[in-house]
Amino acid sequence: MTKLPSISRRHFLQTTLAGAAAAATPGLLSSSAFAATPLTIGFIYVGPKDDYGYNQAHAEGAAALKSIEGVTLVEEENVPETVDVQKTMESMINLDGAKLLFPTSFGYFDPHVLAMAKKYPDAQFRHCGGLWTKEKHPANVGSYFGYIHQGQYLNGITAGYASKSKKIGFVAAKPIPQVLQNINAFLLGARSVDPSITCQVIFTGEWSLAVKEAEATNALIDQGADVITCHVDSPKVVAQTAAGRGAFVCGYHANQSALAGDKYLTGAEWAWGNVYTDFIKTMQAGKPIGNFVRGGLKDGFVKMSPLGKAVSADARTKFEATQKTMLGGNFAVFKGGLKDNKGNVVVPAGKDYTEQAIELESMNYLVEGVIGSVA
Amino acid sequence: MAAEIDISSVASATRRFTLLRVQEELARRLEPVAITFLAILAGMGLFSLFLLALGKSPVQFVQLIYAGGFGTWFSLQNAFSRAAPLLLTALCVALPARLGLTVIGGEGALALGGLGAAAIAVPMLSVSHGWPLWIAMGASGAVVGGLWIAFAGALKHYRGVNETISSLLLTYIGIAVMNHLIEGVLRDPASLNKPSTFPLPADAMFGKIWGMDVHWGFAIGIICCLLAWVLIERTTIGFAARVSGGNLRAAQIQGLPVGKLIVGFTFLAGAFAGLAGMIEVAAVQGSANGSIIAGYGYTGILVAFLARHNPLAIIPVSILLGGVAAAGGLIQRRMGLPDATVLVLQGTLFISVLFFETLYGRFKLFNPEMWQITRLGKDGQ
Repeated sequence: MTKLPSISRRHFLQTTLAGAAAAATPGLLSSSAFAATPLTIGFIYVGPKDDYGYNQAHAEGAAALKSIEGVTLVEEENVPETVDVQKTMESMINLDGAKLLFPTSFGYFDPHVLAMAKKYPDAQFRHCGGLWTKEKHPANVGSYFGYIHQGQYLNGITAGYASKSKKIGFVAAKPIPQVLQNINAFLLGARSVDPSITCQVIFTGEWSLAVKEAEATNALIDQGADVITCHVDSPKVVAQTAAGRGAFVCGYHANQSALAGDKYLTGAEWAWGNVYTDFIKTMQAGKPIGNFVRGGLKDGFVKMSPLGKAVSADARTKFEATQKTMLGGNFAVFKGGLKDNKGNVVVPAGKDYTEQAIELESMNYLVEGVIGSVA
Repeated sequence: MAAEIDISSVASATRRFTLLRVQEELARRLEPVAITFLAILAGMGLFSLFLLALGKSPVQFVQLIYAGGFGTWFSLQNAFSRAAPLLLTALCVALPARLGLTVIGGEGALALGGLGAAAIAVPMLSVSHGWPLWIAMGASGAVVGGLWIAFAGALKHYRGVNETISSLLLTYIGIAVMNHLIEGVLRDPASLNKPSTFPLPADAMFGKIWGMDVHWGFAIGIICCLLAWVLIERTTIGFAARVSGGNLRAAQIQGLPVGKLIVGFTFLAGAFAGLAGMIEVAAVQGSANGSIIAGYGYTGILVAFLARHNPLAIIPVSILLGGVAAAGGLIQRRMGLPDATVLVLQGTLFISVLFFETLYGRFKLFNPEMWQITRLGKDGQ
């Protein structure tokens, strides 16, 4: 995992689409040039498509492809990370004629996607996660992911202004790097407003476990937290429970404003529609699609929910200023000299980690100010 | 009079008697087949009404079930692959059920069985990548799973704790223990975002059954079902278990070792579920991780009840449900129905089978006792 080619969406676009984009006028693009290339694309989700979370974010991205000419979409939800997903991929290839598959759950990759990619070398597989390496994995596989901790940092800014108790809470699934980045970024965002803020985290242990998520949310609020966010597959239960108790909610994965009403501050959302559209347009143009695709806010992989009514004018100003810096591409959430909550320095002094920093991929700590433990 | 025996009439009476015995036996055997078939038919009928209410075509639904689950060699193998874990988790419910126990904790035994298998694989890999490794993994998985469910059985027998509730609660504990260990001492440090045990290399994994695209777990499951059937139907231990299941007090009065039977059968039941976990690790996942918690233990309950806890019937029922699950994907994709549709179908079938249980002993055709009664009645007049 050390020397990965880091290709931003912009770069990826430039290299793969430059020719086509330069040659084609808008009229040509939609009518004659690619209309003759029919393409069946399979999407596989681990949970329900309408979970207000991880799966819905992908399903919304998939829905954005329906308007592209020549594209046929086949989708299957609630597919477990077992031999079932292997058979679903095979079934999409054999019975539906799918040429490009997006098995979206992290747990699908190894061994399931890898096994099917070896068996069906003519099909393309793109997996949401972050594990593809050129030396180890088949060439018809690739991975894409986004730096969504930027969004959690922005969430943290609105939380920092909204919190009266100076205690905020985080309901997390598992203590793995992707989740730890979000927890830490959320607190660091809040501390950029007020350095006295603390964030309590509760791990439920599972990606989808509604009862524990509700219990965790209630426990956090009982202990004084007045802004809640989360990283579980479906934030629905957390958002509804927190708003019902009168706490503010910062969203994750998708837009939960419909669930939390006026208590919704903002949310860190995926913008998979952009990513998928790029993949499809590239493939229809007959070009190879990227194997390792990454991007953050500035690359259009991640977006923020519109700010809620409860966000103050000060909060809005700081939020927008920070977002602008991030869009410029020069913002490090994890700054030099940062300590974990046991007092160890985890980011060397004088060394800032921007979103692409490879060190973030193996994060195994909670930063100072987070109340909780990774093990 | 007694001395004048007509040989030919004795022979014909014997012949008639034999024919009657065969008829009676056939009738008894056919009763569950016919009633289950009727139940499935009725369930499908009810489900068709549900589809019509949604404005979808039941005909297309049945066609897709056939095409996606059974119609081609590919679909059939798809069904077999999905049936493989169900064969074993269904045994985890069926065996204790013959003793009158309702154990629903197969999911926990599967999780811990998978973990036990993966844990022993790590030191074993330096010794073997083949049979010795697999036997050690299978034994480890079976023992861990067996102890887990035997604990529920022992609680039932010695402390009077309801085994249904205790086995379900033990499942939550089992999964929590598994998560704790794969995120802790047993974790492969390279498994960053998906905590797992150290993976098996490709040459240490189960292969596919010859000429098929189905892993060996399917064959192991079928062999286990056959063995379980022999145990229950053709051994004295199985007979003692069935007697205890029929009437526990009577069995105790007869001096049957009820405690040993309960603990032994629950151990065996858990061992089968643990073996299912081992197969998930050795044939599919390559390591123990959260992905093996896929609900196989719970689907096994449905399979066992549909099969009326008969290990032989578990084989076709597992394949049926495997096929329905395989076709479920095609139904989502082609008919635009949500995944829950297949769950509604499963639920309808389940309810229908339970309802049709009440029909046992009602049909004269299948119940030789009724033939006798009728004949006696006629003779009496």
